[in-house]
Amino acid sequence: MASTDVANRASRLPASHWLESLLSSLGIRGRTLVIAVPFIWLVLFFLLPFIIVLWVSTSFVVIAQPPYTHLSADGTFTLNIGDSFGRLVKDTLYIKAYLNSLQVAFLSTVLCLVIGYPLAYGMARCRQATRNILLMLVILPFWTSFLIRVYAWIGLLKNNGLINEVLMSLHIIDSPLNMMNTNFAVYLGIVYSYLPFMILPLYANLEKMDLSLLEAATDLGCKPLKAFFLITVPLSFPGIVAGSMLVFIPAVGEYVIPELLGGPSSLMIGRVLVNEFFSNRDWPTASAVAVAILIALVGPLMIYQKYQDKELEKES
Amino acid sequence: MAAVEKTPKQSQNKHVSTPWTDPKAEPYIRIENVTKKFGEFVAVSDVSLNIYRGELFSLLGGSGCGKTTLLRMLAGFETPTAGKIYIDGVDMAGIPPYDRPTNMMFQSYALFPHMTVEQNVSFGLKQDKYPESEIRQRVSQMLDMVQLTPFAKRKPHQLSGGQRQRVALARSLVKQPKLLLLDEPLGALDKKLREATQFELMNIQDRLGITFIVVTHDQEEAMTLSTRIGVMNAGQIVQIGTPQEIYEYPQNKMIADFIGSVNLFEGQIVEDEPDHVLIRSEEAGGDIYVDHGISSAPGAKAWVAIRPEKIHLTKQDLDEPNNCVKGIVKGIAYMGNLSIYLVQLDSGKQIKVTMQNQVRAAELMIDWDDRVSVTWHANSPVPLLS
Repeated sequence: MASTDVANRASRLPASHWLESLLSSLGIRGRTLVIAVPFIWLVLFFLLPFIIVLWVSTSFVVIAQPPYTHLSADGTFTLNIGDSFGRLVKDTLYIKAYLNSLQVAFLSTVLCLVIGYPLAYGMARCRQATRNILLMLVILPFWTSFLIRVYAWIGLLKNNGLINEVLMSLHIIDSPLNMMNTNFAVYLGIVYSYLPFMILPLYANLEKMDLSLLEAATDLGCKPLKAFFLITVPLSFPGIVAGSMLVFIPAVGEYVIPELLGGPSSLMIGRVLVNEFFSNRDWPTASAVAVAILIALVGPLMIYQKYQDKELEKES
Repeated sequence: MAAVEKTPKQSQNKHVSTPWTDPKAEPYIRIENVTKKFGEFVAVSDVSLNIYRGELFSLLGGSGCGKTTLLRMLAGFETPTAGKIYIDGVDMAGIPPYDRPTNMMFQSYALFPHMTVEQNVSFGLKQDKYPESEIRQRVSQMLDMVQLTPFAKRKPHQLSGGQRQRVALARSLVKQPKLLLLDEPLGALDKKLREATQFELMNIQDRLGITFIVVTHDQEEAMTLSTRIGVMNAGQIVQIGTPQEIYEYPQNKMIADFIGSVNLFEGQIVEDEPDHVLIRSEEAGGDIYVDHGISSAPGAKAWVAIRPEKIHLTKQDLDEPNNCVKGIVKGIAYMGNLSIYLVQLDSGKQIKVTMQNQVRAAELMIDWDDRVSVTWHANSPVPLLS
């Protein structure tokens, strides 16, 4: 099969004939070639950097360029896990930041779900024309840079920002509400930024739902609200999982939003990592933090993957 | 039509009650002047219909004739623009689907994909908060009846089309509704399964005594299943009758043509007496004599419908004043038990004739290009004025 394929292609594309014959003589087929491109990409830009990070995380801090070494004080080569990973366990700062990140990500995901589900549901039940417009509106924020949109919130939230100015000029409040640099601002920023990632998979799921199922449920004596919880919600579960993972996973490692909107109390693991790296110049600890985040996220990622596989299985 | 003739009409022979002929009988379902408009479009137009307890009533019509809309109004998914619907004497206006004594079997079956067969069937009973033990008992009874007990723990996507259809039926029957609505119940099944299921449906209906209303576009299905058929066209019911009435006495050309196959001849009424009608038809190439009157104006335009199986062909050269024309056999389809002949009449019109193959001897058979006399009994033609 393969050799005739190559022969056919070679006759059609005489210019690359030498390449074809070279590849086939090396036993490389077209299929392998196609798969190889993303594979090499991931190895070069994901696996290799990760191994480097892992490598750095097992070193000592030195004041040098680069600021790490694998040589211990007596000059012998050592894999030093105790300093970097040990610190993660011993110093409560890291565990606190870690748990705080998980908490912020979890709560943000729940908030996104609570806000996003009705939105996605409403969109999916609209007329086709309206639906497309609403879908556009959900995607529209992506046309502006993420960073600019988060900066814009500063202008809205700060003490002499738009919201406080308006509320004060309407005499609803006397003194400005302190919203900037609080946990509230962090949640607001994350929910605002990640809401589309919740809505889109939910919408895709709800939109293809067979509405006669709901009719069948009401026909069998089920009231509409109950039918929603017995039929619509369970059937949209894959959408809920997909949306939640798309929000939760990036939210755990979020750096920009807590950095710009959060205060000193909103300690998230992403911020800690940056501080270790740039302020402390403690590359081994920073690398250890990165490795720890990654391991923590592999779990949710695998759940997500499992549901995706299940969905594909059902459809086929 | 072959299948209809082959299979005896069991249910009709079993219970010969015909409540619709009794003026004192109380109809179970009363549909009074119901109209449904979607914007400007009139889906159902001023339909009135009485259906009696234990009937298996078919709404028959092509797509877009309003039959499904009428069914959905009975289920409560659509609200009539005008008119009233009574089920067992109760006005259904303002009663939502979940409070109606009806259940529906959906055309797509609408089985809940995340529930097992058992859970699907018990869903309706759980909504009514029956005790757990009774639910279990009724569900297992129902699964037994539709022969799905071994599949109770399966999900719908693990079942075949026929099995899914039986789950849908079990789910709609388990609550023993006063009225069961079936939307094209056999549409998605192949011919063999369809015939088997038809009898299963009739049996179940007979046993449980539930009133069925079936929507279908398949006239064969309607003929086999129903106690009565309502033929719908353009949002209106054009004729109501038993399958036999609809087949033998269609009220107009449309119905005659829609139900089974028919030969239609255009003509003019020459005589219309109480005991006979004489219609002169150039299309047939002769006079057609019908042995009953129809009370029309003489000279009026009329059509005559004659079913293919009611026409007789013979190689003899007959000479009768009416109900006899001549033609040449242009085609024969041999079906074993019967043959279908295409005969080109001398008038130029081509007609269809079916005859039983009563003899085996080849020399007696009518062959291609034979000249034949085409005759029929004076009782057979149906004169139609529209």
